[in-house]
Amino acid sequence: MIFRLAIASLFARTLTVSMTVLAIALSVALFLGVEKVRTGAKASFADTISGTDLIVGARSGSVQLLLYSVFRIGNATNNVTWESYQDIAARPDVEWIVPISLGDSHRQFRVMGTTPAFFAHYKYRQGRALAVADGVIMDDLFDTVIGADVAATLGYSVDDPIVVAHGLASFTEHKDQPFRVSGILEKTGTPVDRTVIVSLEAIEAIHVDWQSGAQIPGQSTPVDVIRQMDLTPKAVTAALVGVESPLQTFALQRAINEYRQEPLLAILPGVALQELWGIVGIAETALLAVSAMVVVTALIGMMATIFSSLNERRREMAIFRAMGARPATILGMLVLEAMVMAAVGALFGLLFLYLGLIIAQPILDSAFGLWLPIDAPTLREFWVILAVICAGAIVSLVPALRAYRMSVADGMMVKT
Amino acid sequence: MTDTILELSDVGYRWSGRAAFSLTVPDLSVQRGESVLLLGESGSGKSTLLSLICGTILQDRGTVRIAGTEVSKLSGGARDRFRAEQIGVIFQQFNLLPFGSVTDNILLPLRFAPQRRKRAGDGAAEAATLCAALGLPKDIIQAKATTLSVGQQQRVAVARALIGQPPLIIADEPTSALDADSQTAFLDLLFAQTAKHQTALLMVSHDPRLGDRFDRVIRMEDIAVIERAAA
Repeated sequence: MIFRLAIASLFARTLTVSMTVLAIALSVALFLGVEKVRTGAKASFADTISGTDLIVGARSGSVQLLLYSVFRIGNATNNVTWESYQDIAARPDVEWIVPISLGDSHRQFRVMGTTPAFFAHYKYRQGRALAVADGVIMDDLFDTVIGADVAATLGYSVDDPIVVAHGLASFTEHKDQPFRVSGILEKTGTPVDRTVIVSLEAIEAIHVDWQSGAQIPGQSTPVDVIRQMDLTPKAVTAALVGVESPLQTFALQRAINEYRQEPLLAILPGVALQELWGIVGIAETALLAVSAMVVVTALIGMMATIFSSLNERRREMAIFRAMGARPATILGMLVLEAMVMAAVGALFGLLFLYLGLIIAQPILDSAFGLWLPIDAPTLREFWVILAVICAGAIVSLVPALRAYRMSVADGMMVKT
Repeated sequence: MTDTILELSDVGYRWSGRAAFSLTVPDLSVQRGESVLLLGESGSGKSTLLSLICGTILQDRGTVRIAGTEVSKLSGGARDRFRAEQIGVIFQQFNLLPFGSVTDNILLPLRFAPQRRKRAGDGAAEAATLCAALGLPKDIIQAKATTLSVGQQQRVAVARALIGQPPLIIADEPTSALDADSQTAFLDLLFAQTAKHQTALLMVSHDPRLGDRFDRVIRMEDIAVIERAAA
C-alpha cells in the first residue's frame, strides 16, 4: 500500500517528476551511447583489417606503421626496397603478399598503388572481401578503382577521368597521365572507402618524368612510350602478408625484423591495435568520466526537486505521522520514490539509446564509416541501470534525512 | 482494564527556541466513551497539548497515560505504533492525502496498526460501511480525495479515525472549515459513531456554542498554565 501511495504521489506531481525522469533518461542514454560508440569504434577499427597476419614496412614504430598502412593516417618515413620485398615474398612460409605504395593523392583522398592480389586478400569485418558495386577491377595501366566515399563525395561514376596529384596536399598534378575510373567498390566502413586504388605499375608510370619530387622541366614522355617501359617499382611503402600457418607468424616476424640488408619492421595488426588502444585509452576514459558526471548531475537535479518538494509535502508527512507512520517510514518512502524515478529514468534512457541507434546507425556509417551494431542489452547495461538506481537511492538520502528530521520536529502539527 | 482512557498528571513541557514558552498541565483525564470539548483560543497551547497526548513530542516531567500505558516509556517506533492503535486523529482541514483515493485514505492507519486492522476485518468493506453511515455517496469510495468537498473530506477523515475502533478520537477543530448547517450534521454523524463503539472523543475548539452536545466542557485556561519568555 505504501508503494502504491508512493507511486500515486509521484503521479500527482507528473510535471516535475517527468522532467526529472527525462533528465535521468537523457543522461543514461548519453552514458550508454558513449559506451556504445567507444566499443563500436574499437570494433570498427578492429574490423578494418582481418585475415592479414603481418604488416611489413620500413623500420619505424608499430603504431605508426599500422596507421599509415591500414588507416591512411600519417606518412611513411621510408620505403621498402623492391629487392627486400621480393626476398620476403620468396620465403616459403609466406602464403601471399600484397604490396602497398602510398604518397600521391586525388583531391582529399589518398591514392594507393597495389596489385590485383589486394582485392583477393584484403579482408574486413571478420573476413569479408572487397566487391565492386559498379564496373570492374582495373585491367589497364591507367585504370583505377575508387572507394565508395570517393565516388559519393566527388560524384564519380565508371569511365570518368581522374588526375592524380603528387604528394598529399599538393597543387602539382600528374596531368600528363590521366586515369580512368574502371570500378567503384562497395561501401566497407573502412579506409578503403576513402582510397583511390591504382596498380603498382601506374604509380611508377606517373613518376617517369619526375625526379626528387619534382617534374623534370620540359620532359614529358608520351603515354604510349610509357606503356613500353619497364615499370617495375624500385620500392613499396608497405606490404600485407599472409602466412602458410599461424604458427609461423612469429618466426616470420622475427626473420623480417632481423633482415640484414635493410632495416624493416613486421607487426601483428592486432597487437599494434592493442598498443593504439593503450594510447587513446586516456581520452576514452575521460570521455566516459564526463558522461558519468552527466548522470551524476541528473541525479543531483533529482535531489534538488525532492528537496524543493519537501515543504509543500509537509502536510502529507504530518498525516502519515498522525496515522502512526514512523519517521523512518517517511524516509523510506522518499528513498523509494527516488529509486522509482531513477529506475524509470534509466529504462527510458535505454529506450532512448535504441531509438538513437536506429536513427544514427546509417548516418554514422556513411559519415564516419562507423558501424554500431544494434544488439540486445547486455549484462553491462544491466549493471549501469542498477548503478543508477543505487546512486539515486544514495543521493535521495540527503533530502530524505531532512524529511526525517522535519517529521520528527513537526510531528503531526504543521503550522501552515 | 482502567476506565480512564486518557490521563495527564503534572505534565510540564518547555519549548525552547525562538518563541520559548512552557506548558504545564496539572491534571486532565478523559473516561472511556466520554465526549469532552476543550475550549481554547489560538495560541493557548492546544496544539502542544495534542502533540503531547499523541506522543509526537515528549513532556519534560509528569506522566501521560493512554489506556493505562505511559506513553513516554515507549520507544519512538513503539510510540508511533501505539498512536496508530489507540488514537484516531481528525485535523482542522487538509486531512487527506490528495493523491490517494478515499479508500486509500481511510485504510491508511490500518497499515501501521495490526490490531486495528484485525478488528476492521475486511478493510474495504468496513470503509464502505463507515462511509455509508457517515452519509457519503456510495460511488465516492474510489474517488480521488481532491475531488471531494470540504465537508465530504472531513467525513472521510472521521471514517479514517473510526476504522478499526480505536478507543480515543482526537479532533482538532474539525468543524472550523464548515458552515453552520454542515457543522451540525457533521457532529450528529460523529456522535452517532462514537456512541456506537463507546469511543472517547476529545475535541478542541474555540467555539463555546458546541458545548451543550458534549458530556463535559473544559477550558484550556482552567487545566493548563502557559508561561512565555519575555520577548
